Amino acid sequence: MLLYIMEFAELIKTPRVDGVVLHRPFMPTVEGTLCLTGHHLILSSRQDNTEELWLLHSNIDSIEKRFVGSLGHITVKCKDLRVIQLEITGMEECLNIASSIEALSTLDLVSLMYPFFYRPMFEVIEDGWNSFLPQNAFKDLESMTDEWRLSEVNKDFSLCPSYPPLVAVPKDFDDETLKKVATFRHGGRFPVLSYYHKKNGMVMMRAGQPLTGTNGRRCKEDEKLINATLRPGKRGYIIDTRAINVAQQAKARGGGFELEANYPQWRRIHKAIERYNVLQESLIKLVEACNDQSHSMDRWLSKLEASNWQTNVKEILTTACLAAQCIDREGASVLVHGTEGTDSTLQVTSLAQIILDPGCRTVKGFQSLVEREWLQAGHPFQQRCAQSAFSNSKPRHEAPVFLLFLDCVWQILRQFPCSFEFNESFLVLLFEHAYASQFGTFLGNSAAERARLCLPEKTVSLWSWVNRPQELERLTNPLYEPNSLVIWPSVAPQSLLLWEGVFLRWNRSSKCLDEAYEEMVHIIEYNKELQTKVNSLRRQLAQLETEDPLLHTP
Amino acid sequence: MEHIRLPKVENVKLLDRISHRRRRVGTLYLTATHTIFVESEAGVRNETWVLHSLVCSVDKLAATPSGCPLLIHCKNFQVLHFIISKEQECHDIHLSLQRLSQPESYDELYCFSYKPNVDEKERRQEWDFLDLKADYSRMGLPSSLWKLSPVNQHYKVSDTYPADLFVPESATPPVIVGSSKFRSRGRFPALSYYCKDNHAAICRSSQPLSGFSARCLEDEQMLEAILRSNPCSDFMYVVDTRPKLNAIANRAAGKGYENEDNYSNIKFQFVGIENIHVMRNSQQKMLEVCELRSPSMSDFLEGLESSGWLKHIKAVLDAGIFIAKAVAEEGVSVLIHCSDGWDRTSQVCSVACVLLDPYYRTLRGFMVLIEKDWVSFGHKFSHRCKHVVGDPKEVSPIIDQLLECVWQLMEQFPCAFEFNERFLITIHNHFYSCQFGNFIGNNQRERIELRVHERTHSLWSYLWANRTDYTNPLYRPNHSQTQGLLRASTSPYSFKFWKGLYNRFDHGMHPRQSVEDYLRAIQEETQQLEEQLSSHTQAIGVTEIAENLMLAIIKQCFGACYVAAE
Repeated sequence: MLLYIMEFAELIKTPRVDGVVLHRPFMPTVEGTLCLTGHHLILSSRQDNTEELWLLHSNIDSIEKRFVGSLGHITVKCKDLRVIQLEITGMEECLNIASSIEALSTLDLVSLMYPFFYRPMFEVIEDGWNSFLPQNAFKDLESMTDEWRLSEVNKDFSLCPSYPPLVAVPKDFDDETLKKVATFRHGGRFPVLSYYHKKNGMVMMRAGQPLTGTNGRRCKEDEKLINATLRPGKRGYIIDTRAINVAQQAKARGGGFELEANYPQWRRIHKAIERYNVLQESLIKLVEACNDQSHSMDRWLSKLEASNWQTNVKEILTTACLAAQCIDREGASVLVHGTEGTDSTLQVTSLAQIILDPGCRTVKGFQSLVEREWLQAGHPFQQRCAQSAFSNSKPRHEAPVFLLFLDCVWQILRQFPCSFEFNESFLVLLFEHAYASQFGTFLGNSAAERARLCLPEKTVSLWSWVNRPQELERLTNPLYEPNSLVIWPSVAPQSLLLWEGVFLRWNRSSKCLDEAYEEMVHIIEYNKELQTKVNSLRRQLAQLETEDPLLHTP
Repeated sequence: MEHIRLPKVENVKLLDRISHRRRRVGTLYLTATHTIFVESEAGVRNETWVLHSLVCSVDKLAATPSGCPLLIHCKNFQVLHFIISKEQECHDIHLSLQRLSQPESYDELYCFSYKPNVDEKERRQEWDFLDLKADYSRMGLPSSLWKLSPVNQHYKVSDTYPADLFVPESATPPVIVGSSKFRSRGRFPALSYYCKDNHAAICRSSQPLSGFSARCLEDEQMLEAILRSNPCSDFMYVVDTRPKLNAIANRAAGKGYENEDNYSNIKFQFVGIENIHVMRNSQQKMLEVCELRSPSMSDFLEGLESSGWLKHIKAVLDAGIFIAKAVAEEGVSVLIHCSDGWDRTSQVCSVACVLLDPYYRTLRGFMVLIEKDWVSFGHKFSHRCKHVVGDPKEVSPIIDQLLECVWQLMEQFPCAFEFNERFLITIHNHFYSCQFGNFIGNNQRERIELRVHERTHSLWSYLWANRTDYTNPLYRPNHSQTQGLLRASTSPYSFKFWKGLYNRFDHGMHPRQSVEDYLRAIQEETQQLEEQLSSHTQAIGVTEIAENLMLAIIKQCFGACYVAAE
């Protein structure tokens, strides 16, 4: 630990500068002292201690500096899309601060990340690391069906490095078969259970692409495994999240798709969800459009269109609806995959569950979904969220895959405002923490990495913090009324809105919208309060009446 | 009735707009006032009624093997796609509807035959519901600065203006008449809104007939009188809402705009709102985008951009903000005009009023606003909304744009308006429906000639009677958001596409659960709880008093016994 601290000390060229002026959108200018610590950029004003800015270095996406005489301006662009300006007098000081921020915000070593240093200042009621264990989730499944079993075949992560140690597979297939199937699927990601639809017993599975290659390799065990999930005489659907030509091209690199001849009981449907590098480009363009200062309507609409962000939202939601439709309306089982099965596949399987399963629309249920379908399922958060929309460096594996998922959830929430137990703030919070956090939840790229990093022992889980009454109160939707139905969102362009709460959050004042939300809460709270009062009076009255039978003699 | 060639056709299919495979089969009826489609499947009687006056166009498409398609576009953006099996029947329906939907005279309009179950006394009272004079006295008028002028009684000075007008105290009849002769259609500068807190006023007129060099002393005096009626200010704005090029082009026709050199202490400004023809084409293009069947996101956004619709909405709102700020923040009076002063001028006056004065953001206040800036000042409703057959170039969705500006503001300030989206959509419907007399004709004089107040019903009292449907549950008169000037954003991303209006009948596109309805139900329940609370409190009070009384009696009895025992 000491070693690390020394390492930080080396990076901090100037720990403290006085007379720094901070400009933030829609907030008054603050003058104060700027301090750099190993993990934070802190600005505190001398006049008033409450006027503070605490910014995690890991939240900083890029910085720019320029000078007007000896007055330096540093623009700090954050992963949560906020842009702030610092004015620092003195060229040397400014350069030192800039290069320190630069160095501290681009540390690659996971073990130097803030979650390893963060000590909770709150009482942990329930340890989030134990809240969503796969064996508990499986107990629910067992109560509905006995056709599945939990396999420990991947307990040392050797069969599939991106899968968790426990996965649900068809009961009749032993671990030896699974090993064979794993060799036929990209990244060893053999088909596993993603969702069981209680209403009709249909299932959704996910996997990596089959490694058919150019000469049409096949794997009998793979075919048997997925056929085992079909009811007699029924067909299933394979949803390939890639366009047909992209899937064709994958053959040349050893990948491919299931041929009808080998999988006669399955109908394959191709949908075109963009791959991660394209999505990153889309995010960068969208944020650039939102920050355009030209005030021209034509320019805004054409930039919004050119960013393709809304197109991506529409495509992902459409595919999720398709999967849900196959299961609920057609009564068919579904297998979803793209190439690796760690990005678009998870977008589709998790959104389909939001549509189908009311349980996923509760606070705990949604956490459980994120845990199962994203964290355990091996979405590489650390790679995807390393940089956000302002990054200057060439993107490597960065992509807003998870943000797009949250955006889609927000769209459904907008269309069914009473069917979710959580509100928009919860989704925004997950976006923020996926990119920069004091909690260990989104560190690492897979269950294997998280185990290696000993995250449950060394860091605090985001869920430990969220699942406390004071936080839950802020994140709970006051309009919620449990809705046991399947909810079908509209994917018409008119129905899909720009997610203001994320993309315009720092560009416009949200005061009036916040007030409207408070007003809504107030209306509901007041109603509850009256209900309690009336009930208690009613009891009081009844009591008075029984106490005094004399009064009621006619 | 003589226009109905065929009153009834059976076995007609009504196609779903989004998915043509989904269709309903039923019987189509033509009545004197409505087209009615009655679904005859599965024992459920499902009826679709379409008022003839709401029909915008009827198109007969090329026959297909399944029948002859008939496409009906309505002014409230409903689109109906029928398939009629026999070509001849389709032809008859087509011709009948074309005639029925295009009345040749005002007397054919629905409002003159619409007879709800209301007696004559009540009907007359409907027209007393709104009183424009009351609004002017709310503003503090007449006052020592502004007076009610009788100059336009019997519409002698301007036949498109109302009879009652407020003008500056110092404006004499010769000045007014002189000024009116120098303005298109005699529409001299008159008051639209007065801010009693700082004496700043919004006035409106048509363009001056200045050509390249013409002057008019009385017009110059008229503007000076307006300036003098604002004792706190030493200049005033003259806002020409047209693009500069259009205004310059008008000079060649002997019209144009004010020369700053000839008028003392004016600041002249163009705000660049396009004319009625541009707006008509823009809405047409935008509606084509709305009608696309399963468009991609790019089709939609590109189409929306190239229609220019939101750009125009932004221009109107920008102009309104400029004027509202001049009045509220600078305390400077403003004269607004365009060409004739009944389209863009009405829009900008109304938007400024909504931004400035919380009263116009209430249910009654918004009705007053439309009555003031549009109905009384002669927005040509019957031409713009094509109530009767006429020049298609006169048609334009100017009033739609006002409603949309207000809707955009409601999206930014959810607690500031007493009314809801449904209120705006209902008003929109009735601008076109001709069910009520309010918007018949093109100006006050025409409505008097048509004896509208004697023969028809008023929309405003109908809306007021049903106001619970149109109330915004988030509105609270004492909420900070409700007070004072609305500081609206006109950044392009602050504008949304109004699917509630333009895709009004595509139910699948709208949120499946309504927060507003939910809150309204809660508020109703709250009201009942409040009543129960007070009745229970009272009951407990009574019980307690009775109990105490009883105790006192018992004590007395015991006391007496005690005394007796002693």
